[in-house]
Amino acid sequence: MNPSRTTASHASSVTMTTRPAAVADKLTKVYGQGETRVVALDGVSVEFRRGEFTAIMGPSGSGKSTLMHCMAGLDAISGGSARIGDLELTGLSDKQLTRLRRDRIGFVFQAFNLLPTLTAAENITLPLTIAGRRPDKAWLDEVIAAVGLADRLEHRPAQLSGGQQQRVAVARALAGRPEIIFADEPTGNLDSRSGAEVLGFLRDSVRELGQTVAMVTHDPVAASYADRVVFLADGHVVDELREPTAATVLDRMKRLDTGDRAG
Amino acid sequence: MFRTTLRNVTAHKGRLLMTMLAVLLGVAFLSATLVFTDTFAEAYRKSSEQSFAYVDVAIRPGRAPEGGPPGARPALTQDLLHDVARLPEARTVIGSVTGFTAIAGKDGALAGQGWSTRGANYYPGPGGADPRYAVARGRAPQNAGEIMLDARSAERTGYQVGDTVRLSVDGPVLKEKLVGVFTTDDGEVAAGGTLTLFDTATAQRLFAEPGIFSEITAKASPGASQVALRAAVEKVLPEGAVTFTGDSLARDQAVRVEGTINDLRSTLLVFAGIALFVGVFLIANTFTMLTAQRTRELALLRAIGASRRQITRSVLVEALLIGAVAGCAGMVAGIGVAACLRGLIGSFGSGGQVLPDGPLVVSPAAVVVSLAVGVLVTMAAAWPPARRAGRIPPVAAMSAVHAPATSRSLVVRNTVGAILAAAGAATVLAGTGMDFDEGQYVIGLGASTLLTGVFVLTPLLSRPFIAAVTPLLRRMGAPGKLARENALRNPRRTAATASALTIGLAVITGLTVIATSSREATDARATATLSADYVVRMGNYDDLSVQVEDAIKATDRVTGGVTAVSPLREVPARVAGSNMFLTGVDAGVIGDLLRPEFTRGSLSGLGTGGALVDAGTAAEHGWTTGTALPVTFPDGGHGRVTISGVYQDTDLLHGLVIDTHLLDPHLRTRTAGSVLVKTAHGPSRAAKDAIIDALGDSPAILVQSKQDVSTSIAHSITVMLNLLYGLLAMAVIVAVLGVVNTLVMSVVERSAEIGMLRAIGLDRGGVRRMVRLESLVISLFGATLGAGLGVFFGWAGVRLLAADTPAYRLILPWGQIALVLALATVIGVVAAVWPARNAARLDMLTAIQSG
Repeated sequence: MNPSRTTASHASSVTMTTRPAAVADKLTKVYGQGETRVVALDGVSVEFRRGEFTAIMGPSGSGKSTLMHCMAGLDAISGGSARIGDLELTGLSDKQLTRLRRDRIGFVFQAFNLLPTLTAAENITLPLTIAGRRPDKAWLDEVIAAVGLADRLEHRPAQLSGGQQQRVAVARALAGRPEIIFADEPTGNLDSRSGAEVLGFLRDSVRELGQTVAMVTHDPVAASYADRVVFLADGHVVDELREPTAATVLDRMKRLDTGDRAG
Repeated sequence: MFRTTLRNVTAHKGRLLMTMLAVLLGVAFLSATLVFTDTFAEAYRKSSEQSFAYVDVAIRPGRAPEGGPPGARPALTQDLLHDVARLPEARTVIGSVTGFTAIAGKDGALAGQGWSTRGANYYPGPGGADPRYAVARGRAPQNAGEIMLDARSAERTGYQVGDTVRLSVDGPVLKEKLVGVFTTDDGEVAAGGTLTLFDTATAQRLFAEPGIFSEITAKASPGASQVALRAAVEKVLPEGAVTFTGDSLARDQAVRVEGTINDLRSTLLVFAGIALFVGVFLIANTFTMLTAQRTRELALLRAIGASRRQITRSVLVEALLIGAVAGCAGMVAGIGVAACLRGLIGSFGSGGQVLPDGPLVVSPAAVVVSLAVGVLVTMAAAWPPARRAGRIPPVAAMSAVHAPATSRSLVVRNTVGAILAAAGAATVLAGTGMDFDEGQYVIGLGASTLLTGVFVLTPLLSRPFIAAVTPLLRRMGAPGKLARENALRNPRRTAATASALTIGLAVITGLTVIATSSREATDARATATLSADYVVRMGNYDDLSVQVEDAIKATDRVTGGVTAVSPLREVPARVAGSNMFLTGVDAGVIGDLLRPEFTRGSLSGLGTGGALVDAGTAAEHGWTTGTALPVTFPDGGHGRVTISGVYQDTDLLHGLVIDTHLLDPHLRTRTAGSVLVKTAHGPSRAAKDAIIDALGDSPAILVQSKQDVSTSIAHSITVMLNLLYGLLAMAVIVAVLGVVNTLVMSVVERSAEIGMLRAIGLDRGGVRRMVRLESLVISLFGATLGAGLGVFFGWAGVRLLAADTPAYRLILPWGQIALVLALATVIGVVAAVWPARNAARLDMLTAIQSG
């Protein structure tokens, strides 16, 4: 719609590389009231640096999905602060949050969530269509080539395998060059080979295209593709691991589990 | 199995709401019709029984005896009455004369409904009273100039005993003194008619001739049967007079009433049927969607051992439960509506009512029929989806994906549809070539076949329609594109939803086309050849007294405005051996008043012993200009006329036309069906007022300009159309529910997609727009098909009518057709309100994960 805006944000991301893409600061999320009150996030502070692939891990109920939902503007924040770039999410209206997700955030879901009526190509450009923006042809070609879908563009989701569908979803997330991509268990519905492919693309998008990715997962192997792993338990950040491998992640997880039981 | 079914029904309460409503509305319409017409029939039956309480045998004039002068009927004289009264079998004998009597209210306007404003005589029996009428206030009329009014009319008009009442019998105004008010069981009075009573001599002078009755009725002596009395009466009758027993009259009346009510009932049932039929689409859609959503669950039941039949039966039992619950509610609602209707009609106007008093009749048959129809319609509509549910393979329980949208080939369906549609269209076309009586059934058959064919074809037809609106939708951005895809996604569902709307709108458009064309044709027949400024006639189409003619001619002298006046006298005569009506016109001036279209000859010979005949009659008898015809006039006199012109008949002029100078000498009373008037300066308020004044502001007479005639024709057609629109409204409402239903269910079905769209940046407004545009596509598709079919049906109907009446031409009411499409737009927007709000309010996180 407005090419100058895109260029401007691109320029800003170049000049402000040191500033994180997204920040949670003492983020609190509380569900319910009175006796049914549940604290899902209890003062979580975490930074997602630009050009970094972060995995968020933790046992069920640790708040990892809630953290992602709050950071992505899908769920309201109870306290503290969540920022995408310079933009404070607290106090934004539904309309402003929708705009934020549309223009600055990409999503990859566990269940792929493609529109069955649209072709792969149309699914990929859907966020741009919604925004009324003209896709950047060169960038789109690059993304499509990267996920290896060039010969599948006219297929509908039902004609694609699960792995292919999730690659379409990754391409859709990348198409708008968001400031950050949130991926929610992206390999949860895939076999290990397809999963590895998708994770490879996510890592490549970070390494080669300079994308920022935050991924929620419970799979140590998936987490090993990330640059850094943040561990959550009971709504707190309890640990962090750089340059993880499946083994180190598994090890930390075990410790967390036993620590949990001990506490 | 039954427990699962019950759980399903209760679990899907919200989604079944529209289905329930659709069944409820259809059944309510049905039961309201049945209860209302039963009530109506019962009330009339009671009142007609009462009307014949004083009659054991009735004597009526019957037909003119063969060979006598045309139009002469046997006279029921005072002597005959005495003869009957002397019979030992007769106890009391009453002679009555009745006729049209219009009463002016205090404001000068006609009181009561035009058709049942009657006058009659008060016939005092031996005790000095007439048993038929009970004097409530004042006394009975005894002399000329005195009248008595029925209590309800007196109350309605506000006349008190002692007031002077203006009334008219055949045109001229009479001013009579109200001497009494009476009550009566008379059926027509009970139904809201006005009855004015005169003394017998006055009534005879007004309605017949002195000493002559129009009916003599006798009550049998104790011990004498109606049959015995009748046999005795037969012996003293003049030739041609006929007798009836009271029982047979009551029976005949009951049959007539029954016939009227049956007509009313069948008309209403047709519209109730349409509403129920529209509901079928909705119900079928609901069950298709519900079973599709439950595919895995049903497959699981199959996997653990349920048979196909058990699955099918469980869906049917669900339909049975819904049909029973909605049917009961609908029946109760229908009884309520019938009660309201009764009350409404009872209080129609100021105290006047069209329905005799009587209790609300809820027959067991009406209850059973309503319930059964509700249940059967629901189950029949659910039958195909129930069978499909039974065919779900057990393995579907294991597969991760939803059952694929039925992508079964539409080839068979399209072929069947195309054959049906083509056969239907051909039958309709063939029907338009026939005469009206056969043609209407052929066209009806063809129309329903074509409609069925089009329904079968709608999934196919939806594609070109959606393709046509795609450029528009693309301009609406992402919501438009998504709406397009959604409408295309399940062509069967889109089609079924649109079809429901098609039915109602096709009937509405077809009726509008026919009504508009009828209005033009009727108007043309009534006014096209009219060059007079005013047509003067009785409000009830009875004959006008000659005084009216004379009074209008006298206006000439008063205002100097009237230049030509001619009556149109219609009298029975025998022409060349056949009975027909002669129309007498004033040959000297008729050329200024009427311009008939001549196929042969002209007006010019009329004044010199010539006659005009309409083309139809001429063709029937093989007459043409120059044919000489022997005529026997009503008084038995003979004459001879020569045809000097053959014309196209209209409502104003038809049959054999001769000069009044030739006709009048043979008439005892010179009456006229209507009087045509030309004024010097054309129609104006002043000219009309002058004529009305000259006629003494008579409540019985209408003075209409060409424009007034057109307006009243247009008005009566509009009233009829509005009534039909009202009856069709129910079908349209059910169709709207269908659109709502489809949208609500597809929003539920697509909640994961909607959640995703919201997550990746479609705002609530966009989601709402998407649903609304899909709704608009569906309703405009249905409306376009409906309007198209309606125009075709209308065209066929007009062609058929034109075969009988050449004045019929197809008039396409573009304004109304545009209105139908506008209505569809409104329907689209309104139907989307609730589903769109649901979609926009979906909880994103839950919705995404539900995929």
